[in-house]
Amino acid sequence: MSAELLLFFFLAAVAVTTAVLMITRRNPVVSAVCLIGNFFALAGLYLLLRAQFLAVLQIIVYTGAIMVLVIFVIMLLNLGDERSLAERLNLRSTIGVVLSAGLLLELFVIIGARGASSIPASIHPQSEALGTVEEVGSALFGRFVLPFEITSLLLLVAIVGAVLLAKRRL
Amino acid sequence: MSVPISYYLIVSATMFVIGVAGVMIRRNAIVVFMCIELMLNSVNLTLVAYSAAFGDLTGQMLVLFVMAVAAAEAAVGLAIVIALFRNKQTVDIDEINILKW
Repeated sequence: MSAELLLFFFLAAVAVTTAVLMITRRNPVVSAVCLIGNFFALAGLYLLLRAQFLAVLQIIVYTGAIMVLVIFVIMLLNLGDERSLAERLNLRSTIGVVLSAGLLLELFVIIGARGASSIPASIHPQSEALGTVEEVGSALFGRFVLPFEITSLLLLVAIVGAVLLAKRRL
Repeated sequence: MSVPISYYLIVSATMFVIGVAGVMIRRNAIVVFMCIELMLNSVNLTLVAYSAAFGDLTGQMLVLFVMAVAAAEAAVGLAIVIALFRNKQTVDIDEINILKW
């Protein structure tokens, strides 16, 4: 077993474990910290897939910006261990778990059935130098310049919308 | 020996289903919101895996735009949670049912 395979199994185990912990912990702050661990494991998986720039971006954007915002809101609303929010196992949760298990089975069957024919076995040799800042940047400001500019419009709308929704009185 | 691409797809599918289960069983709006982020990230992993498998940069570009949309969604979604909490003093999604009937 090679070092890359070992590293993959470690990161995959961390990602799945933190995801499960995230949806089972009562305290929302603990859930948020588990999700941050999950994002770090994902950044490691991106590195294994030779997407260096995306791995750095994952840590900066997700753990650095989005999760800080989430934790800030949890602190702002002061949602410690609220008794009123104690999750209880009822019929709805049972149905949810059963439906999710069905979806998981379905996805595994699809991956297993298509795996031999249409999924490539390993990384394309060309992708070794694909995820560098140079390659991503030249694609972003070349072929993808129009979606890139539209993204800035989307972010402007999000800023205005967030201020409008969260402000008490305009 | 490098890691087969289908392993990444299996990890991604598992994470996506955990996110779906979280949305269905949790009642705290912020945790539901974090489960949606988890689902977005699992799809990102699939896109990066296929990008590496075919030696094509388009998948990684798509991940960049998903990240931008996720950031916008985080800002607006958390603003909605704050507005709801101000009106109802709760983030329990079972209590927030004013649009239901």
